[in-house]
Amino acid sequence: MSGVNSNSRLVITGGTLFDGEKERDNPGLLIADGKVAGLGARVRESHAAQTFDATGCVISAGFIDLCCNLREPGNGQKGNIASETRAAAHGGFTTVCASPETSPINDSGAVTHLIQERAASSGAVRVVPVGAVTRGLKGELLSDMAGLKSAGCRLLGNGSRSVGNARILRRCMAYAETFGLTLMFSPENQALAADGYAHDGQVTTRLGLLGIPEVAETAAVAEMLLLAEETGVRLHLSQLSCARSVDMLAEARQRGIPVTADVAMHQLAFTEESLASFDSRFHVRPPLRSEVDRQALIKGVESGVIDAIVSQHLPHDTAAKQAPLPATEPGLSSIESVLSLGLELVERGELSRSRLLQALTTGPGAIAGQSARLDEGAEADLCVFDPAQHWQPSVSALVSVGKHAPVLDRSLPGRMRLTLVAGQVAWRE
Amino acid sequence: MTATDPSPNHLQLTRDGQLRHFLTLDGLSRELLTDILDTADSFIEVGTRSIKKVPLLRGRTVVNLFFEPSTRTRSTFELAAKRLSADVLNLDISTSATSKGESLSDTLLNLEAMASDMFVVRHSQSGAPHFIASSVTPGVAIINAGDGRHSHPTQAMLDMLTIRQNKGGFEGLKVAIVGDVLHSRVARSQIRALNELGVDEVRIIAPGTLLPRDVEDLGCTVEYDMKRGMKDLDVVIMLRLQNERMEGALLPSEREFFRLYGLTEDKLALAKPDCIVMHPGPINRGVEIESSVADGPQSVILSQVTNGIAIRMAVMSMAMGGQMAERQYRQTHTNQEARA
Repeated sequence: MSGVNSNSRLVITGGTLFDGEKERDNPGLLIADGKVAGLGARVRESHAAQTFDATGCVISAGFIDLCCNLREPGNGQKGNIASETRAAAHGGFTTVCASPETSPINDSGAVTHLIQERAASSGAVRVVPVGAVTRGLKGELLSDMAGLKSAGCRLLGNGSRSVGNARILRRCMAYAETFGLTLMFSPENQALAADGYAHDGQVTTRLGLLGIPEVAETAAVAEMLLLAEETGVRLHLSQLSCARSVDMLAEARQRGIPVTADVAMHQLAFTEESLASFDSRFHVRPPLRSEVDRQALIKGVESGVIDAIVSQHLPHDTAAKQAPLPATEPGLSSIESVLSLGLELVERGELSRSRLLQALTTGPGAIAGQSARLDEGAEADLCVFDPAQHWQPSVSALVSVGKHAPVLDRSLPGRMRLTLVAGQVAWRE
Repeated sequence: MTATDPSPNHLQLTRDGQLRHFLTLDGLSRELLTDILDTADSFIEVGTRSIKKVPLLRGRTVVNLFFEPSTRTRSTFELAAKRLSADVLNLDISTSATSKGESLSDTLLNLEAMASDMFVVRHSQSGAPHFIASSVTPGVAIINAGDGRHSHPTQAMLDMLTIRQNKGGFEGLKVAIVGDVLHSRVARSQIRALNELGVDEVRIIAPGTLLPRDVEDLGCTVEYDMKRGMKDLDVVIMLRLQNERMEGALLPSEREFFRLYGLTEDKLALAKPDCIVMHPGPINRGVEIESSVADGPQSVILSQVTNGIAIRMAVMSMAMGGQMAERQYRQTHTNQEARA
């Protein structure tokens, strides 16, 4: 850690400033007492004990991740709150929503409190626990939703698992609506996904892998949208992977259904072809789909139909990925490369930088109930990255316990230079 | 973790394009496939001698690593290795280490410690031989003896040898593959080999539930009606139907399958008169093929088995040759570096 602390004053000069909406030249940013204390002409370097020269860099509101696995409590060999929040800070994230899929599962206020305490003592960034919507994530019985809410959960979900049937899903929604909770689901029809682990398409046909058809997602999206319309619950569809899901989402929004959505960065950057040499890193769920799907998802982000980009960070120990592809566990160690992969999309002209940054800040912020604006008086949650400088996500460069990052063998744009959470240094190069 | 090169060839070929593993037919050229067939032809003669041995793998240890039970494939691999004068170790892993909770990586480390030169791998999971080839120490050759639904390259090559023996070549041929393509590693390898070797048409004959998604992309046409599909055929390859297909609601009954897709004398009469009948075995008489057809004059099913030994000898000797060439390359390279 550097000498910057909450009592000192820091001025960031140079570069551009993305305040959550727009990017403009940095007029000078004064941080004091953990807050944005001044912007523009009134900020003089003499105000500060320290200055940070951000020439050539982007100073952005801190990124907010709606879907992240910290692996604590319970999975120490795959990661913990200290290691994975530091990895998050390296990725520019200042808030992560922690999946309820821990051991024990976060289906009670007691587990929520445990996570909050561990985050307060060892976390490098803000941790927002997501509660389980069904007990033990089994998809059978309701969790103590009111108890989770009073412990501080605003978002409830079922992790990577499906809720058993439509009747239970409908009751989850009706009960959550009672308390104004937002439900977050990764839509997958279990019967259609069956034993699959890869997109049912060209690559599975060629390699003889077990496919998950698109309809496993789209059928679940349709069901969830209809149930959300009926119950009035705020629904968040997480980790979409199919072009048709984006169409259905857009239509539902036009009808006024209160639904939001996110997509994992790897769905925007890779396709089913990543599995062509049985590379187990790209065994993810939902699976990487076709190029048509990838392009539709990017368009969904660009048009705003998809609100947020998530990391879907799922760190593993090496043994979990050292086996024939079907026997490996799904998930990427992705949180440190989200921005860099996004900047590659920007460089290729596939996505605008403003939408990329909005989908990492204000988009997810609105869903998680976190402000992501760098206005005067706001919490000083921000990151400073150099979009033109490259870094190589090697095993030694990665902070996460999980070393199965999507890119390992080449350099990526977007070096993270500084991440502040409430004015405190969470990452500094 | 494997490299990100999507082609399998960085793994199975040497710098100068020789085989060093034999994992899949994807990416292998017509020249290389023909080379395998020609080499196998030269080994067929060995099988007719009174002393059926050549010393190509003398002093080498070949481990048959079968994670899935198999009688025919394993015994032909064993015979092939023995005819090449190798020492052979048969390990039936499905009943030993892995069922005691040992991981595949750990099993391999133990076997490598026994200084083996070649693993012949059969595994129920697609991609297992790729995984093994990408994690073993350099110098050990991996031969795929069938992985999941992915690939069974020696089976497909012995089928190609059988076709060439009976038809003289591949040009202009119309070949049908009938039955459960969805679950078949054999069919995937056959479609690939037939396309590379230049047949006129590969036709899949099966109901919709037994077809992989967009199967045409593999290089074949699809026909639901077997009677229409038999027209003008030079070769018909029947696939084995597993009993459990009924349980997964893929088919209503064996009886209905046999009526629609079983090869009978009546249906065979719709093909060209010299159409040959093939089956990778073991056959289910009365399910996918009528006994009188399986044993009939157009059936070449038993010569497939004989050819299997020759193909496996060819592939094993070629892969070992590739590994030797690599080793030599590495040695000269290190020597040069040492001198420099």
